[in-house]
Amino acid sequence: MPAVKDSMRGLAVFISDIRNCKSKEAEEKRINKELANIRSKFKGDKALDGYQKKKYVCKLLFIFLLGNDIDFGHMEAVNLLNSNKYTEKQIGYLFISVLISENNELMRLVQQNLKNDLASRNPVHVNLALECIANIGSKEMAEMFAPEIPKLLVMGDAGDTVKQSAALCLLKLFRTAPEMVPIGDWTSRVIHLLNDQHMGVVTAAVSLIEALVKRNPDDFKGCVSLSISRLARIVTSSYTDLQDYTYYFVPAPWLSVKLLRLLQNYPPPEDTTVRNRLAECLETILNKAVEPPKSKKVQHSNAKNAVLFEAISLIIHMDSDPSLLVRACSQLGQFLSNRETNLRYLALESMCLLATSEFSHDAVKRHQETVVTALKSERDVSVRQRAVDLLYAMCDRSNAEEIVGEMLTYLETADYSIRGELVLKIAILAEKYASDYTWYVDTILNLIRLAGDFVSEEVWYRAYAAKTVFEALEAPACHENMVKVGGYILGEFGNLIAGDARSSPSTQFQLLHGKFHLCSPPTRALLLSAYIKLVNLFPEIREDIIAVLESDANLRNSNVEIQQRASEYLSLARNSTQDVLATVLEEMPPFPERESSILAQLRKKKPAVEDAIRVRARKAAAEAGRQLRPHLPLAVARGVKLQGDIAGAESNTDSDLLGLDFGGSAPAAAAGGGGAGGGSVDLLSSILDVGVSSSSSSSAAPSAASGASAQRKTVVVGAGASGSIVGEENWHKFVCKNSGVLYENDILQVGVKCDYQQSSGRIVVYYGNKTPAPLAQFASVINLPDSSLTNQLGIQVKPVGDRVGASEQVNESSEMDSATFFQHWKQLSQPEQECQKIFQAKFPMDAETTKTKILGFGFSLLSNIDSNPANFVGAGIVQTKSGNIGSLFRLEPNQQAQMYRLTVHSIKPGVSKRLCELLETQI
Amino acid sequence: MMHFMLLFSRQGKLRLQKWYMAHSEKMKKKITRDLVTMILARKPKMCAFIEWKDLKIVYKRYASLYFCCAIEQSDNELLCLEIIHRYVELLDQYFGSVCELDIIFNFEKAYFMLDEFMLGGEVQETSKKNVLKAIAAQDLLQEECEEPKSLLEELGIVSTGVA
Repeated sequence: MPAVKDSMRGLAVFISDIRNCKSKEAEEKRINKELANIRSKFKGDKALDGYQKKKYVCKLLFIFLLGNDIDFGHMEAVNLLNSNKYTEKQIGYLFISVLISENNELMRLVQQNLKNDLASRNPVHVNLALECIANIGSKEMAEMFAPEIPKLLVMGDAGDTVKQSAALCLLKLFRTAPEMVPIGDWTSRVIHLLNDQHMGVVTAAVSLIEALVKRNPDDFKGCVSLSISRLARIVTSSYTDLQDYTYYFVPAPWLSVKLLRLLQNYPPPEDTTVRNRLAECLETILNKAVEPPKSKKVQHSNAKNAVLFEAISLIIHMDSDPSLLVRACSQLGQFLSNRETNLRYLALESMCLLATSEFSHDAVKRHQETVVTALKSERDVSVRQRAVDLLYAMCDRSNAEEIVGEMLTYLETADYSIRGELVLKIAILAEKYASDYTWYVDTILNLIRLAGDFVSEEVWYRAYAAKTVFEALEAPACHENMVKVGGYILGEFGNLIAGDARSSPSTQFQLLHGKFHLCSPPTRALLLSAYIKLVNLFPEIREDIIAVLESDANLRNSNVEIQQRASEYLSLARNSTQDVLATVLEEMPPFPERESSILAQLRKKKPAVEDAIRVRARKAAAEAGRQLRPHLPLAVARGVKLQGDIAGAESNTDSDLLGLDFGGSAPAAAAGGGGAGGGSVDLLSSILDVGVSSSSSSSAAPSAASGASAQRKTVVVGAGASGSIVGEENWHKFVCKNSGVLYENDILQVGVKCDYQQSSGRIVVYYGNKTPAPLAQFASVINLPDSSLTNQLGIQVKPVGDRVGASEQVNESSEMDSATFFQHWKQLSQPEQECQKIFQAKFPMDAETTKTKILGFGFSLLSNIDSNPANFVGAGIVQTKSGNIGSLFRLEPNQQAQMYRLTVHSIKPGVSKRLCELLETQI
Repeated sequence: MMHFMLLFSRQGKLRLQKWYMAHSEKMKKKITRDLVTMILARKPKMCAFIEWKDLKIVYKRYASLYFCCAIEQSDNELLCLEIIHRYVELLDQYFGSVCELDIIFNFEKAYFMLDEFMLGGEVQETSKKNVLKAIAAQDLLQEECEEPKSLLEELGIVSTGVA
C-alpha cells in the first residue's frame, strides 16, 4: 500500500476543524472564516505560488461539496491549468469539472487550455484534458475538439490510456452533439479496436462503437462478426487467461456485457458460420450458469449472472432460436426461487420479455404458480410489482380467469403505491380476455368494491354505466338527458351487458326506441347514431333497425339533420360488410394512455429511440386521432380533409356524441352553430371554423364529458419560402431567426422552430391552445405547393400530424482573414456570380441590429477587412445536399440617404441573386 | 450509461457526488435529497434495484457508507453492483482498508480514482492493477514536482514567487 501523501496540510486541518464543529452554526462560522481568508489571499498583493493556489482552490472545492455556494476562485482554478505541474493542473481540472458551468465566461480560457494540453507531448497532460472534456463536454467543445480526438483514438503511437480516454471522451461529445462528430476515415478504423490487444482499450471502445452503431447501423455492420469472435475468445477462456481482467473467476464480465449489448443493435447474423458461433457463445454462457460456482462470494455470482442476463437479453432480442429461448426461460425459472432478492427481481423482469415471444410464451406460463407465490410472499414491494408485471405479461385467454382472480385477491392487501396500476391491469385483462359478460361485470364490480378510490372513471364507466343506464331507462318516466346518455352508452358498450337475458340486444333497442317519439330532434338524431352502432354490436337486430331508419318519419323528416342521418345510416346498414361497420363504428378507445412500467419494458426492446419531441408529438397525434375517430359516416365524410381555402364554406354540425352534453353544460351546440354560420373566409388567417385542437399544449385532457367542442380547424402551412397564406412578412421573419410565432389569434398560437444541421433542417410547428377548453378534431395538413420544389428540397414529412420536417438550404458562417477574403472575392467576380443591389433601408439603420440580423441569416461578420469600418463584410456557406456553395458579401450603408448597397459573390450563379433578395427584405 | 454516482453516510451526509449528465445545482440537491431519503428508509434484505423516473437506481451499503448509482434502462443492474464493488476495492487498496474518513480527507483522490475507472458514465478500465498503476504514477509526479521545491524554499534559495 503506498503511503498516502498528505500533500496539503492546510486542507487537512480545515477539514478536521469542520468535522469538529458541534453545530450547524459553528460549521457555518468556520466556513465563512475560511472563505474570507481565501478571498483575501486571492485579492492580496502578494502573488500566490502554484501550491498555495492549489490548496485554496481545493478548500473551495471542499466547501462547495459540503453544499455551499462558491462565487469566486474560478479564475484562480483556471490559472492552475496553465501550470506545468501535474497535480496543480489536476486540481484545476477537478474544480472546473465540478464547478464551472457551460456558460461561464471563463469557458473560453478553459477551452484554450484544453487545446494546449491535448496538443501536449506529455501523455498525462493529454489524458487530463481528455478526462475533463469527457466530464463536462459541451456542444461548443464538440465543435472545437471532435475533429481532433479521433486521431488520438486510431493513431498507432498513442498510448493505451490515451486511447481509452479518447474513446470515452469522443463518446461524450457524440452524445452531446452528434452532428459535430465527423464521419471519416477513423469511423471504419474504430471497429478494429475490437481486436485490440489491450482489453481496457476494447472495453472503452465498445461503448463508443455502440453509440455510433445506434446512429448508423449499416456503416458498422462489420462490428458484428468482430464482436462475436472477441466474445467467443472471452467465454471460452479459462479464468487465468485474462489475468487482471478476470473478476472473481469470471473472465472480463464488463467487456462481455458490453459486447452482448452491442449485438442487440443488430438482427441475428445472416452468415451461418457467424450465427453458429454466436449460438455457441450463448450456449456456453447458459452452460456456465448451471456449473457449480467457483466461489461463494456474491461478486462471483453477480458478475456471472450479469453476463447471463445480458446473454438472455440478446436471445430475446434475436427471438429466433426456440431452444435457446426455452433454455433461458428454465434458467430464469430457477432464479425465481433463489435466495437472493436481486436475482428474483431480475428474473421476474426478464421473464416479462420472454413472455412476449411466441416461442417462449408457453414456457413462461409454466411458472405461473411460482409467480403467484412471489406475489403473496415477497417482502419487497418492488419485487411484488415485478410479479404483477409478469402475471400481466403471461396472461392469455387460457389463464385469464385464474390470473385476474389472483390479482384481485392481491388487491385486497396491495400497497397503496401500486394499487392504481394494478387496477388498470386487472381491468385491461378482464376486458381483453372476457369470455362471458357475467364474469366481466363481476370482476369490474369487485374491483370497485375492493379499491373504489383507485378505479378511474374509464375503468368502471363502461360496464357499470351500461348496467345502470339500462336500469334507469327501464323507469316509466325518464328525462330526455337520460335518454341521450343512455343512447350514447348503450351504443358504445351495450355489448357488455347483452349477456344478461334481461338486457338482451333487442330489449336494449326496444327500450331506447320506446323513448324516441318523446324526444326533441337533436336527441332523435343522436339516437339514430346509437342505432347504427347497435347494428355493429348486434347484427341480429339489424333488420329491426333498418326498418326504423327507412320509415318515412325519419327518412323524410322535415329536420335535415335527422333526414340526413337516417339516409346515410340506412345505406351504411344495408350495404356495408361487418368489417366496414366495425371500422367505422369502432368503440371508443379503452383507457387513457398511461405509462405503465410493463409497457415501458416492452418498448425498451424496440430499437427506435424516440426523443422527447417525437413522443410528445405522437401523443398529441394520438390525442387528436382519438378525437377524430369517426363515430359517424358524417364525420368520415367531412372529417379530416378540410383545406384552408375551402373550409370557410364547411358547415360543422355534428356536435354529436363527443360533444354530448352530459351535464347539459357543454357549449357544443353553440360551436356547431358557429361553424354552420359559415365563418369568415379569411384567407390570411386561414384559420377557420371555430375551435382549435388539443395539440401539443398541455391543457388537453379530453374526457367524454368535457369534449366541449365538435370544432375543428385547419391551418395550412406552406413549406419554406413558398408559404403564402400566413403572409410574406411573417415568413421573412425566419430568414434571420430560427424560431418565433408564425400566427396568433384569440384561440390559437402557431409557433415555428427551425433547426439546421448542414444541408438538412427540421421545422417544427407548434400549435398552442389559448382557450381554457380542450379542443377537439384537430388536424394539420401539409401542403407542398409544387412537386419540383419538393424534389429540390427533399422534403420529408414525418408521420406525425403536427410535425413537418423539411430540408432547406442553410447558411453556415465561415472565418477568414483579409487576404483570403479578397482572394476569394476576386475569384468570384464573374458577372453571373455577382449580384449588387442598391435599396432603401427598410428598418432603422442601426449597426448592432444589422449585425444580429446578418449573423442570424447565417453569415459570419469579418472585421478589419473593409477599409471603411461602417461597412459589413462577411462570408458564409450555403449547404445543400448536392454540395456546399461558398458566398461572400459586402454591405455598405449610407446613413444620409438611408440606403444600402449590397454586393454578394458566390460560386453558383443564381445564389447571389437569391441571397441578395432575401437580405434586402431584412434590413 | 451511468447518470450519476452518490456516496453518502448513514446520517445522510453526502461524501462524494459524480454527475455524468448536466443538471443545475438546484436539481442536483433535489435529486440527492430524494434518493438519500428513499434509500435510507429501505430495509437490509430488500432488492438493491429501484425504478426511479426513467432510470434504475442501484445501491449498496459498505459499513457506514452508501454507494448509489443511477443507470439507464438498458444497463445491467448486477454489473452496476460490481462497478460499485470494484470502486470500493480500488479505494480500499489505495488507502489500506478504506473508511469514510479517508474519503472525506482525500476527496480529490477519490475523484481521480473514479475518473481512471469510469469516464463519461462508462467503464473505462476494469483492471485493478492498471487503475492503481495510473494513480501511483500521479502520486509520483506529485512528489517529483513538489519535493525539490520545498527543499529549495526551506534553504531560502528561491522565493515562492510567480513561476
